[in-house]
Amino acid sequence: MQQQPNKLRPFFENLEFERDDNTMVINFGPQHPSAHGQLRLVLELDGEQVVKAYPDIGYLHRGIEKMAENMIYNEFLPTTDRMDYIASTSNNYAFAHAVERLIGLEVPRRAQVIRTMLLELNRIISHLFFLATHALDVGAMSIFLYAFREREYAMDLMEDYCGARLTHSAVRIGGVPLDLPEGWLSDLTTFIDKLPEQIKLYEDLLTENRIWRMRLEDVGIVTPEQALEWGCTGVMLRGSGIEYDVRKEEPYELYGELDFDIPVSDRCDSYGRYRLYMEEMKQSVRILRQLIGMYSKTDSQLMAHAPQYISAPKEEIMTQNYALMQHFVLVTQGMRPPKGTVYAPTESPKGELGFWIRSEGEPYAYRLKARAPSFFHTGILQDILPGTYIPDVVTIIGSTNIVFGEVDR
Amino acid sequence: MRKYTPKDNVQAKAKYTDRFWVAPRTPRSPVEGEHYEAALAKLKESVEVLDAWIELGQMLVTIRPEQNVDALRTLKEECGYAMCSELSAVDYLAQDGEFEIFYQLLNLAEAKRICVLTRIKENQAIESIVPLYAMAKFAEREMYDMFGIVVNNHPYLKRIIMPDDWEGHPLLKTYPLEGDEFASWYEVDKIFGKEYRDIIGPELRDPARIDRYDTQRFSRIGHEVPFGADPELVDETETPIEYSSDVLVDYNKGPHKVLDKRK
Repeated sequence: MQQQPNKLRPFFENLEFERDDNTMVINFGPQHPSAHGQLRLVLELDGEQVVKAYPDIGYLHRGIEKMAENMIYNEFLPTTDRMDYIASTSNNYAFAHAVERLIGLEVPRRAQVIRTMLLELNRIISHLFFLATHALDVGAMSIFLYAFREREYAMDLMEDYCGARLTHSAVRIGGVPLDLPEGWLSDLTTFIDKLPEQIKLYEDLLTENRIWRMRLEDVGIVTPEQALEWGCTGVMLRGSGIEYDVRKEEPYELYGELDFDIPVSDRCDSYGRYRLYMEEMKQSVRILRQLIGMYSKTDSQLMAHAPQYISAPKEEIMTQNYALMQHFVLVTQGMRPPKGTVYAPTESPKGELGFWIRSEGEPYAYRLKARAPSFFHTGILQDILPGTYIPDVVTIIGSTNIVFGEVDR
Repeated sequence: MRKYTPKDNVQAKAKYTDRFWVAPRTPRSPVEGEHYEAALAKLKESVEVLDAWIELGQMLVTIRPEQNVDALRTLKEECGYAMCSELSAVDYLAQDGEFEIFYQLLNLAEAKRICVLTRIKENQAIESIVPLYAMAKFAEREMYDMFGIVVNNHPYLKRIIMPDDWEGHPLLKTYPLEGDEFASWYEVDKIFGKEYRDIIGPELRDPARIDRYDTQRFSRIGHEVPFGADPELVDETETPIEYSSDVLVDYNKGPHKVLDKRK
């Protein structure tokens, strides 16, 4: 039956069954619980097999790059929270890191320790979220509850530090705004002492679970060639046997001094990626343990001293006239980084997150491009989905660990 | 006379700039003697390199726009730059009538990055790099969507983030932050139809706008107004604040425990 679309009765593409090649087109999303946000995946199906997949994005577009051109640098920082809202400190940090590299700023050691701690804590939060939602998509309900319980403790730690649970803005350009509150380190120690037991619980429940393995093994194969040419990063790349982690290869903050391993899997499938996420959480615990020891050996400075770009400490502003004047200019007009181009990659929980900034010496970035890992991990769906079956589509979307705040920006 | 505002760049500008302010430049160094020398030599054999320098930890190369595919092929196949992290454009139409396109490449074995820059005229198209890097299937679509730059031989050049029937390209410097005339009517036309424009009015895209008579989105401190009440009936007199004596504890009353000794 041919549809006759008009204003009152639009064209329903999912009703178009009677096609010559006998394939059916369905819309997977944009409101689908396992689409992890606003992903509209147009699937052409032959029976239950996907013939063609077309990921349609843009339902969460807020024009973050446009806003970056109309905000002074410090003003834009809280906006970056809204990109990867599962681990927002990693976005704040990536932006602050790019601007710091642009103006050539050295961050005090204590701020570096705190930032690295927050980054790793965010990695744990994000990976626990991944595990919970991925397991829930695949059908393991109890894991969701266990992983979210542990994530709550990590979010409590974030809340104790910066007051926010999701949109942290816990990093500033030039350092961190606050020192760790009293007792925070002992809370963190309690958390990382408990976490390995919990990870063992998840692994006992899933790793050798027959259903879990049947659903994940050999599903969502990403060959190394595909991963490279699609610009996959993070676990998507390391799950295909290519060892590349920005933390190890191009160290930033304290990662050069820390002792940790980069797990790699050459299975190329969802199961290998799941194993990597579990391993990475263990490595994050290892990093956090080392950082706790480092913290006590630092002095108390938290923000870099660069009066041209960063406001002076409060005591100076309140006592010295010139510091007050500079602070006033920095707040009302914004800092003016030098003219130039910078690209600063960081390893966010999802992959390589970097900000490409073109500065024309104005207080507003002339162009800011956020290189979001999930954007390309969504793109690769069109190449890896054809040939798979509908239930596997859910596994594959979960396994790519995409967050739509970051995809649409 | 009113102040003339330029129309070719409507983005936010510095409110005050000192007359004698000269913006500094990030330090640039020559490529000679650096790690990138070999890659640059190979690149110079295949294409014309207009300029090359090292800035903030990576090499930047400017090339001719017609040779973008050749340059990237050389870098990918001969120099090991196997991944293209990002590509997009910068709008320089107001200054030079040109777009600057950048390709951000990564060599995984050596952990080195190169940024390839090229400039095209306003209505000039650029060749697609999809045969080299599949990520361009998405990234070039985004560039087309945001800047209107046409990419030749792209397999599926369609808007990706904005709706298919959108007019205008949002990241152009001529495009205001709040959206243009088309944007303010887009949803009204789409949901209700053009004939409802008079009734509903354009979409208000000023994020700082507060309507004190809007009883649906704003509460009014000190004035008890029911949700969605008719603004005509809103009582302007202030509602007296009433405290419950049970909830509010008067700490000034009763015996105080005086700490006479510091613990």
